[in-house]
Amino acid sequence: MRARVLIRPKEGILDPQGKAVERALPALGFRDVSHVRVGRLVELEVDDPDRLGELCEKLLANPLIEDYEIELPAG
Amino acid sequence: MQFGVIQFPGSCDDRDALAACARVGEARLVWHEETDLDGIDVVVVPGGFSYGDYLRAGAIARFSPAIEAVVGHAAAGRPVVGICNGFQVLCESGLLPGALLPNDSLRFVCRQVEVVVESSETDFTRACPAGSRLSIPVKHQSGRYFAPPEHLDRLEGRGGVVLRYVPGQNPNGSSRDIAGIVNERGNVLGLMPHPEHAVDALTGSADGLRIFASLAAVEAPSAVRA
Repeated sequence: MRARVLIRPKEGILDPQGKAVERALPALGFRDVSHVRVGRLVELEVDDPDRLGELCEKLLANPLIEDYEIELPAG
Repeated sequence: MQFGVIQFPGSCDDRDALAACARVGEARLVWHEETDLDGIDVVVVPGGFSYGDYLRAGAIARFSPAIEAVVGHAAAGRPVVGICNGFQVLCESGLLPGALLPNDSLRFVCRQVEVVVESSETDFTRACPAGSRLSIPVKHQSGRYFAPPEHLDRLEGRGGVVLRYVPGQNPNGSSRDIAGIVNERGNVLGLMPHPEHAVDALTGSADGLRIFASLAAVEAPSAVRA
């Protein structure tokens, strides 16, 4: 099955990439956007979605600095 | 003293590290697929972009056969040094606490910095008086040392911070100006500055050689080889 893992910097950790994006927005006319955070999206095909948590902890995310969310197809 | 410098696809400071080690002892390269570290006293995990630094710096290298052997080497109490990308690999592998985040400037920094030797009581800094300054270059994109405040307190409490950027010279937003740390046992050092690029006055400073000289003076522990 096709799964998606969303990885983002943990709350409270400075995210310079998000800041850079945020600073660029007013020049494009987007003045009402704030708290931009930039993360990663990993899409993968898995047979056993129960093992995804372990996979995230061991490789896809570094739990010290990142949070992750696993999305599986509905149904 | 036999040094072994790990070489990953994407390493770029392996040759300089090898040359630096060769000034104070015997040195050879260890290809990332090698698992036999027999005869090697000190392991150096050099800088560069191991496996392209995909996902996170050091995240893939951590699973290489050589690093699994390095984990055993460290567990046997034998010295391991990770420089720059090597520091990132050691954090990812759990040999050192914390993580290295992208620089707060979001820019790659490449410049000479001064670091203060916080402790000369480690195998890596015996040839550097405590409180002395070393002039060593940094060059990295992800060098901002991070750990939660309570972890930092514990690290500082046990004297784990070995090198700190001189106030005002922190190039990356690193927590508490931390430039280099040791593990609890004191046999694993990770540092962002590149001592291997500062071993000859010709290139501006030979201060980095003191780190290698410190190691060369260390007797290999009598522990069973990993």
